Amino acid sequence: MRMLINVPETVVADALRGMAAAHPELTVDVENRVVVRRDAPVAGKVALVSGGGSGHEPLHGGFVGPGMLSAACPGEVFTSPVPDQMVRAAAAVDSGAGVLFIVKNYTGDVLNFDMAAELAEDEGIQVAKVLVNDDIAVTDSLYTAGRRGTGATLFVEKIAGAAAEEGRPLEQVESLARKVNDNSRSFGVALGACTTPAKGSPTFDLPAGELELGVGIHGEPGRERRAMMTSREIADFSVDAVLEDLEPRNPVLVLVNGMGATPLLELYGFNAEVQRRLAERGVPVARVLVGNYVTSLDMAGASVTLCQIDEELLRLYDAPVRTPGLRWGV
Amino acid sequence: MLDADFFRRWMTATAAAVDREADRLTALDSPIGDADHGSNLQRGFASVVAMLEKEEPQTPGTVLALAGRQLISTVGGASGPLYGTLLRRTGKALGNDAAEVTEEQLRDALRTGVAAVTALGGAVPGDKTMIDALVPAVDALGESFAAAADAAERGAEATTPLRARKGRASYLGERSVGHRDPGATSAALLVAALAEAADV
Repeated sequence: MRMLINVPETVVADALRGMAAAHPELTVDVENRVVVRRDAPVAGKVALVSGGGSGHEPLHGGFVGPGMLSAACPGEVFTSPVPDQMVRAAAAVDSGAGVLFIVKNYTGDVLNFDMAAELAEDEGIQVAKVLVNDDIAVTDSLYTAGRRGTGATLFVEKIAGAAAEEGRPLEQVESLARKVNDNSRSFGVALGACTTPAKGSPTFDLPAGELELGVGIHGEPGRERRAMMTSREIADFSVDAVLEDLEPRNPVLVLVNGMGATPLLELYGFNAEVQRRLAERGVPVARVLVGNYVTSLDMAGASVTLCQIDEELLRLYDAPVRTPGLRWGV
Repeated sequence: MLDADFFRRWMTATAAAVDREADRLTALDSPIGDADHGSNLQRGFASVVAMLEKEEPQTPGTVLALAGRQLISTVGGASGPLYGTLLRRTGKALGNDAAEVTEEQLRDALRTGVAAVTALGGAVPGDKTMIDALVPAVDALGESFAAAADAAERGAEATTPLRARKGRASYLGERSVGHRDPGATSAALLVAALAEAADV
């Protein structure tokens, strides 16, 4: 696999320098690896900090800006950032109203954010945490590290960001974020593995004519491997898998998310099948988002996330947002 | 008696071992993880060695505590906090002031460090993690450093048939069986480096 890089060691720093050049509305600290909205700290408002391994762009740095995250901490590729980054980010964005850490449920992210929360509290910053764990492909939570955080992260960051922008206090922003997560489920498939810069070859072998069902977003193999399926069959499988775990009574937000190497042409075609299946299953749809938002480097494939909403969550979802990766209403 | 130099040698030998075995660790991390264990530890222990040269801690406890803090600050992922906590808590258990410690004190301190890793990560023996190498190593430390290194290596080898219950490999369920755990393998390197530091 040929990559548009210099050397693997500088991939993250190079991307941050490029991001800084493209987005003057963000403060990008390349050395310390923190991306902060330029107007932070915003007086009287709760700040949102997230972070995780790099390779999932636009998540998380691309979601920094008014109406979404206050700061993001990018780690090495597929590696959680370190507590120092999170504490630095929290200190940069805290207005005194407190900071919410949005953490995807992976062992590394959880451990580092836990350590960071303690250190930030030592510095007098009020910190709350919300864990995103929407991936239903992980069925056996008792004997695993638990459900992974995937596509729902976008909905949590968007809706909690809107609540913070409205000036809601930390407890409310936290409980809204938790509500979004509790009402979200995702399922992903891979049509090809991804290639990390450090390794330079695919993370797993997927023979031609096969696909992986139930993959995460780190190039790890999925729950099972099957003979290649059509877009229609994958949509049926994914939607049905999600609906096994979430029986929405209210309308849902739908994210049809590309893993990085699947063209939008295919994603829109896949979305048509997802919408057909949702209609067949009697699930009312409030909003649909299609695109590459929570990616896995150059993995081919897609995930489906459903988030059951009520009027308040929908209003917050529709609220204006201005970030490199998500932008509407402004 | 073990002095600060011994612990510096331990860290340097670990950095060299991780450097030498980086590709192997990353290869082990590919089928059941995300193919970065070697490069992450390489980055971490290289920065530990650089930090020790700069800060020049003078006691066994401070060498390990600072090394642990450095890993937490540079590695990320799960291995940063876990290895960082292992060394930091072992160092703290040795205390800041003692210029020399006995092998028995080190064994007790390591037991405290391993317990801290268990408390943080929640893994128990048999979960297919670094704990599977560390626990038998600490038990064998009463005998000799070489025996500890052997026990760690056997513990790492014995993770191959296990099904992972912690960390990213756990998502694979039964498909994690048949692969040697990269974390247990790097933990065995750490213990082997301890034996190397003693063998001068």
